[in-house]
Amino acid sequence: MSQASSVKQAPSSPWADRIFAWLAKSAALLTLGLLIAILASLTAGAWPAIEKYGLGFLTTATWVPVKEEFDGLVMIYGTLMTSLIALAIAVPVSFGIAIFLTELSPAWLKRPLGTAIELLAAVPSIVYGMWGLLVFGPILATYVQQPLQKAFKGVPYLEALFSGPPVGIGILSAGIILAIMIIPFIAAVMRDVFEVTPTLLKESAYGLGATTWEVVSTVVLPYTKAGVIGGIMLGLGRAIGETMAVTFVIGNFNQLDSLSLFQAANSITSALANEFAEAGEGLHQASLMYLGLVLFFITFVVLSLSKLLLSQLKKGEGTKT
Amino acid sequence: MSTSEILLRAAALEQVREQRYASRKRINQLALPLSLLAMGIGLLWLFWILFETVRLGFSGLTLSVLTEMTPAPNDAGGLANAIYGSFLMVCLATFVGTPIGVMAGIYLAEFEPKSALAAITRFVNDILLSAPYIVIGLFVYAVVVTRFKTFSGYAGIASLALIVIPVVIRTTENMLQLVPAGLREAAYALGAPKWKVILSITMRSAQAGVVTGILLAVARIAGETAPLLFTALSNQFWTSSLSEPMASLPVTIFKFAMSPYENWQHLAWAGVFLITLAVLGLNILARVLTRNKL
Repeated sequence: MSQASSVKQAPSSPWADRIFAWLAKSAALLTLGLLIAILASLTAGAWPAIEKYGLGFLTTATWVPVKEEFDGLVMIYGTLMTSLIALAIAVPVSFGIAIFLTELSPAWLKRPLGTAIELLAAVPSIVYGMWGLLVFGPILATYVQQPLQKAFKGVPYLEALFSGPPVGIGILSAGIILAIMIIPFIAAVMRDVFEVTPTLLKESAYGLGATTWEVVSTVVLPYTKAGVIGGIMLGLGRAIGETMAVTFVIGNFNQLDSLSLFQAANSITSALANEFAEAGEGLHQASLMYLGLVLFFITFVVLSLSKLLLSQLKKGEGTKT
Repeated sequence: MSTSEILLRAAALEQVREQRYASRKRINQLALPLSLLAMGIGLLWLFWILFETVRLGFSGLTLSVLTEMTPAPNDAGGLANAIYGSFLMVCLATFVGTPIGVMAGIYLAEFEPKSALAAITRFVNDILLSAPYIVIGLFVYAVVVTRFKTFSGYAGIASLALIVIPVVIRTTENMLQLVPAGLREAAYALGAPKWKVILSITMRSAQAGVVTGILLAVARIAGETAPLLFTALSNQFWTSSLSEPMASLPVTIFKFAMSPYENWQHLAWAGVFLITLAVLGLNILARVLTRNKL
């Protein structure tokens, strides 16, 4: 009897199972489809601009909406320059934080400090933007920009770098705010990859008489190289795609007539944030879509590289050296 | 070589060694305070930002902020419609995004964790996790707003849900992987079908982690402005109709903070205070949840 009932029950469960499996699989496929849909819809939306300007869009710097002339170099320059400044500041600071958290900090401090840094990553970007515009900008103008301008007056090349109105808005401010925003991301990844270094390896180095700095620079860093670069790439991806913080402080200025760091400029994300809702249908909107597509492409490449490098480290974890 | 020569050479070598040791020590002594300094800088930003937010936001926080509509320039008012809009859109976006994210996470962890489809999905999910949110906004604009010819709450919900999905997928998968295989095998050995094993055994033991992931996703979309700028747009008035443009706290803050009007800027700071409070609160809650359960 009991055998019969189990036979009766058996066919019903694969049926429910199949539905469940199908649901799970289609949810995964939906995610995949999303990426393709984003690419397709952006390309379709940008098509009029792609057709008209081609790749010259990326190398010409005129953006005059009233004359219906649109080329993206101003924004692309702004995006890349602010992200580079952000990296130049954020990488050393994050490195220091990661060393502190893994090698120096007493055990009872590790958790609260790590949490504090992670909370910094959770603060919404609009808060950074507003703080940057209304609190940090004026301070930067008075205590950094004006002294720099005075100090480099008359020095060739460098003077040009620090020319322009020192009002706390522009490429430098945007770069600094971005740096503050990506420090927690890079520091968290660096800390995590530093922690995968086998303790035995580190202890051997300490046993040979190496100093803490030597252990970090000659044992931990080479062992985690790929992961560290992956973390930096992740931060770069964030910086390139960040919208609100940059929009507040970059100044939204659509001309590229000086390479000064104090100059108000524009980035892809802030151009989109400011102009898209008001742009009429047609070339203006298509050009903004084109910019969005360029942005997506750049972040896609940067994030893929980051993922590749981080997974390389994971592979190395299992192998004995 | 006489004994004295040997001794002399040994002394010279000793000196070189000591010099080298001293310089190595110096470098170390230089590097470690620098790392301490970096830590200090990192914390400085956090406390500075929090301090200013509390200082400027708390003073502007009155009851009317919570009860009155967004005002015209130089007029008294509050943020009630923006808070309501944010709350509604965040709730509905979580409601839409979570089941999809959880199901995809289940697929990745329980069904075919090693298949090519799973590998590609993981990769794409990581890209979507860090993709620029403004591009998500563009996508929803192209797909939803142009089709219905109007900015709407629905479009806002769609773009927020697209941000929820990758976060939930990632945490669900990670949490399911932590469930010991023995638990699954025990359930299978009792004759339970797969869907039952997943829903009432593995998901239940991963519950705390999955809820944490959802909370983190909520925290993330609650403060996001970029995906709402050209999907939900904004609205000066109270509306509960999702097919109309809808105000949200972040977009209102953006509009008010960039304006020259003093009362708008005060309201913006009050809004920033509320948002920071909510987001950091959710983050801390999520952390407490996982610490106790794992």
